[in-house]
Amino acid sequence: MTIQRYIYSHTNPITFWSAGLIILGFLNTWFTKVPYITDTAWIIASVIAAAPIVLRAIGALKARVFSIELLVGIAVIGAFAIGEFEESAIVTFLFLFGSYLEQKTLAKTRGAIQSLTEMAPTTALLVNDDDTTEEVDVDDLEEGNLVLVKAGGQIPVDGTITDGTGYVNEASITGESRPINKQHGDHVYSGAMVESGTLKITATQVGDETTFSKIIELVEEAQDTKSPAEKFIDKFAQYYTPAVLVIAILVFIFSRDLRLAITVLVLGCPGALVIGAPVSNVAGIGNGAKHGILIKGGDVVESLAKVDTIVFDKTGTLTTGKMTVASTKQYTTDHSLLTGVAQIEQTSDHPLAQAIVAHLTAQSPDTPVTMSTETIKGRGMIGQWHDAPLYVGNAALLKDHQISLTEDQLSDLHAMQDTGQSTVLVGYAGQLAMILGVADTVRPEVPGALAAMKRQGIKHLVMLTGDNQATAQAVAESLGIDEVHADLLPADKVTFVKKFQDMGRNVAFVGDGINDSPSLATANVGIAMGGGTDVAIETADVVLMQSSFTALSHAVGLTKKTSANTKENIAIAILTVAFLLIGLVYGYIYMASGMFVHEASILVVIFNAMRLIGYKPRTAAATPAQPQQLATN
Amino acid sequence: MSKVTMKLDDLTCPSCMTKIEGALSKKDGVENVKVLFNASKIKAEFNTDKVSAESLEAAVTDLGYTVKSAKVKDL
Repeated sequence: MTIQRYIYSHTNPITFWSAGLIILGFLNTWFTKVPYITDTAWIIASVIAAAPIVLRAIGALKARVFSIELLVGIAVIGAFAIGEFEESAIVTFLFLFGSYLEQKTLAKTRGAIQSLTEMAPTTALLVNDDDTTEEVDVDDLEEGNLVLVKAGGQIPVDGTITDGTGYVNEASITGESRPINKQHGDHVYSGAMVESGTLKITATQVGDETTFSKIIELVEEAQDTKSPAEKFIDKFAQYYTPAVLVIAILVFIFSRDLRLAITVLVLGCPGALVIGAPVSNVAGIGNGAKHGILIKGGDVVESLAKVDTIVFDKTGTLTTGKMTVASTKQYTTDHSLLTGVAQIEQTSDHPLAQAIVAHLTAQSPDTPVTMSTETIKGRGMIGQWHDAPLYVGNAALLKDHQISLTEDQLSDLHAMQDTGQSTVLVGYAGQLAMILGVADTVRPEVPGALAAMKRQGIKHLVMLTGDNQATAQAVAESLGIDEVHADLLPADKVTFVKKFQDMGRNVAFVGDGINDSPSLATANVGIAMGGGTDVAIETADVVLMQSSFTALSHAVGLTKKTSANTKENIAIAILTVAFLLIGLVYGYIYMASGMFVHEASILVVIFNAMRLIGYKPRTAAATPAQPQQLATN
Repeated sequence: MSKVTMKLDDLTCPSCMTKIEGALSKKDGVENVKVLFNASKIKAEFNTDKVSAESLEAAVTDLGYTVKSAKVKDL
């Protein structure tokens, strides 16, 4: 056993020595021509390089697995038997050297997850009851422990800030590198970096329970969750390898040509075929993980790549959810009225009122005087301004107080409502003074990202929402969404998803993971946006850690690229085998050259997959369009 | 039952997975062996009365893989 271990751990030096001996053999053949040196060098090279291969083959055979090493091992022993020392030496060397390069390049495709793992915190500063601190291993922390993190340090737990403020960078979680101001009571993630300030954090989740650990585990498992194509290939390889062995034996029986039989063994190695598909997925999923996009496996990559219909849940996924004043119509020249309106609205915590206050105080930062106001339910508010009543509310409020709107004013009002704005009317001194239109703001990156997805081949963008039709329609039209269904309950949304599927479409459902798990589960691909919650991470097939449409379009583009990459790799592998067989038939390919082509094809598929590591979607130079104002209720 | 997570040197051949899975599953008291090829990790649940984490580690080493670290957690 110890010899075995020694050989395994010295595979690289063995490869090196084997190369040296092979070169020595050739030099002697060409120049010095000393008898026996060449054969001796090649024999030693074959034996030392064959050792790890044969040992691995036997190990696999004990576990009842027919491995590639078995094919190569038998071929090498066969070559040895017929005195083809040059071939056996070169084949074993190429196989070992190929494995070495494979390992190095595979490490690159796995680099993303590797770097994530390395970002995981290892130690923490635990604050004891007597306020002293001690450095402990993160595994020794418990829920409820208080930890101290200084500027430049890494947060070791998921928890809540109990003392201090600072700027925290959550790039390791969200993929988005920017400092976020965190203070008392804010939630922080393990793995985030504190850029400035000192924080005391009470742990709510530690060790494997933290979001960061769960992300790593999820990505690790995702990279090994196979796509249907991979599963098929694995099954295929399971029968393929023994089949090659049987064919080689048959070839030997019928042709009595051992050399031909062992050449078949080497050419039959399934090399690029078994590595091609997984390596694409690993690189693709790794790219996603680096950008805060968690794709749960090769099967999800395949299904998302096929999606042609994306369904958005709630208008809220498209908008910032922050109400702002989008337009104003003024019918009076008395600007001081604005101050009065601001004072009235300040006494209300209604979202519309707060939007108006924010708008007005930005325009005229007068010191507010507190005013006594009266709230009329379902109508609005009444205050006093220069000893006359000031009405702020809906049309009904004004009507109740004998203020009627002119034709022009009515058409202005309707025009604003038609674009989905919520309207607030101001009445003073017997007439309408102004109309304020309040609307939700579309997230600035949405238009560009939606356009990018259309280019990526998404045919139908659908919005299902509980909002009213006018609001939803306005949002949809401004964004180029194809289909809108408003006034829906969560159950109705599932029905729509099923209806689209019955029409033969592949549906992705984008939700926030709250109340929409049925739709997330029903859709071909469930995408949770703005993840971080356990529910979202568990139910969805794809989790976008940052709630951004750029990430969504990245995910769509990435899976399409990855899926195409997988197919390219399978094609490369099959073409290689076909090329080798034709070469064999016409007598151009022998063992060593066959092995060389094989190893080269393996490197080609790995390099092809590596292109995915740097994938970035082409976003139309995000035109920072004038803030588009739209509404939701 | 306990759960062991072993981190190996980088795995390169997909057939290693079957090999390791087979070798560990055959052991008495071992269940749910999972080999994560790309993460180069083995996860397995085992009955502490019947088999030890060390013997599982040894089994993997004998197959020709280096166990870099092993973490055992009680379930």
